[in-house]
Amino acid sequence: MKPVFMTFTRGDIINFIVLMVLGFLIIPMTITNGYWYSSILIPWLCLALAAVGQQIVMGYAGQLSLGAAGFMAAGAFACFNLILRIPDLPFVGALIISGLIAAAFGILFGLPSLRVRGIYLMVATLASQFFIVWMIDKFGWFKNYDTSGIITAQNIEIFGKSFTSPINMYYVVLVVVAVLTLLAMNMVRGSAGRNWMAVRDMDIAAESMGVSLLKTKLEAFAISAFYCGVAGALFAFTYLKSLEPVAFDIKLSFKILFMVILGGLGTINGAFIGAAFILLFPVVLNFIGNTAFHGSIDATIISSIEQVVFGALMIIFMIYEPLGMAKLWESIKSKIGFNKKK
Amino acid sequence: MISELLFFMEVLVAGLLSGTMYSLVALGFVLIYKASSTFNFAQGAMVFFAVLSFVGLMEFGIPFSVAFVLTIFLMIAVGLATERLVLRPLMNQSEDTLLMATIGLGFVLEGLAQAVWGVEVRRLDLGIKDSPIPWIADNLQLFISALDVTAGLVATAMIIGLTLLFKYTKIGLGLRSVADDAGAASSIGIPLKHIMLLVWSAAGVVALVAGMMWGARAGVQFALIDLALKALPVLIIGGFSSIPGAIIGGLLIGASEKILEVYIGPYFGGGIEGWAPYVLAIFFLLYRPEGLFGEKIIRRV
Repeated sequence: MKPVFMTFTRGDIINFIVLMVLGFLIIPMTITNGYWYSSILIPWLCLALAAVGQQIVMGYAGQLSLGAAGFMAAGAFACFNLILRIPDLPFVGALIISGLIAAAFGILFGLPSLRVRGIYLMVATLASQFFIVWMIDKFGWFKNYDTSGIITAQNIEIFGKSFTSPINMYYVVLVVVAVLTLLAMNMVRGSAGRNWMAVRDMDIAAESMGVSLLKTKLEAFAISAFYCGVAGALFAFTYLKSLEPVAFDIKLSFKILFMVILGGLGTINGAFIGAAFILLFPVVLNFIGNTAFHGSIDATIISSIEQVVFGALMIIFMIYEPLGMAKLWESIKSKIGFNKKK
Repeated sequence: MISELLFFMEVLVAGLLSGTMYSLVALGFVLIYKASSTFNFAQGAMVFFAVLSFVGLMEFGIPFSVAFVLTIFLMIAVGLATERLVLRPLMNQSEDTLLMATIGLGFVLEGLAQAVWGVEVRRLDLGIKDSPIPWIADNLQLFISALDVTAGLVATAMIIGLTLLFKYTKIGLGLRSVADDAGAASSIGIPLKHIMLLVWSAAGVVALVAGMMWGARAGVQFALIDLALKALPVLIIGGFSSIPGAIIGGLLIGASEKILEVYIGPYFGGGIEGWAPYVLAIFFLLYRPEGLFGEKIIRRV
């Protein structure tokens, strides 16, 4: 799996630079309100990273998985314990090791993918979801024998500097997400990604052409779980600022699944678009509910409507645009002639 | 010694009987899979939707039997809408696409039910107590819940009914032919749309019955969805296309999760019921991916 930087076109590099300038300079200069960082940008980046993980296993390797939140929980609690028990470990190191621990779970629960696919695999990955969350909940050691159920996350310290304000945390998350996303884009364009896609499109054909199913599938599960694990740790440390197993329940797994499907299977952009949509839509809906109806609509009804809309969109996208919003965006761009020069 | 054996029997019987409730959910799933090769992930949501509507109608003061009939009509309407709006546009799509669409359908049904009827937990009183039957308790020293027994009997009756329907009626013959080869069936004049509608309506009725049983035990609430998810490992063990498989899978899951919970659970602080069925299903998958009664899956390049 050697990196293939060559495959980046000039357009990609320009896009990348524009996004980095936007993320590191323009956003911090224009947005000063902490709310935007702590409630929108940070969770968006964290969940998008998890969605990238889901994208790798599902969108690229074609393995249906519903255990993303389980791997996120593994990463989050691994990070908590590493920082707690190894005082000298830097935060980034803890983050990487927690990703690796999640990856180990990914390999373990990815094993059934060698025998089964489709919904069978989905049920097998549900086991990871329920088992990991149960394990963390039942064994006090993982929670440092805290009985309240909610543990405050430690402060993030990098090189002796403490990152506590929303904007500082945003920088931490942005750097991690940018690096990992770049890596992911590199992987899916390289030999690893080609193998994943070959397995996705027809695993038997791929195998007969010499692609090792064992290696390819488990690699996809491991890398996906690594991404989810890191995302989970970031999610807990920068957004929730606490650790509780219930935060990583099956609903979160479904959310991440929706992000990937609505965003567009098989595209890294799709993970970010989908995450933005899934995260922002409830905010918008709440806003409409509060302003247009002056809060006369019950919050539970709004969240029910949100569910209906997500479900309906899922069906609509499956019927009309199975490749999701990323594809929609591409078609709009080509319609208005944005992509003419290629 | 005797008392230990009796206790074991009690756990086993309670497990088997609660397993029939999983079977009921799984049954709706199998019906749809048999006729259309669609994994209907929304079956759990249909259970929730049906029973919540039923309880909601009863709250308006509508009598039990009328509410029951109305809910059946509602489930037929859901089947009709699903056939028209989801299945027909997605005809000939891959299984995974259909699965995703039914996940979406599940969310729509869950959300709709809660938007209309609210989110609070409701009690459902079927007039059957969830307490030991005195006669059995006195004579056999076994404490078996009357509700469990009723659920078991209802499940058995439904299975017999559905098996008869599949085996001995013209509709059943049509169903089986569609399941075998939808294209060939429609070319000899079997109305595919009607068959689909029938199957989804039957699955809706099964969902209502399953929901009523679960609701009477655990209250009508969102957690029913999680319980319904356990029908998935049941299906994996039993095979997706087999009615007897759904039953035996349900019994196996019900009994083993109770036995594991009671005898092994205490060492881990309990709660292993939550994941044990899935892990069981994984072991089963490794050994026999097509399930106990499923058809062997053969894939070609």
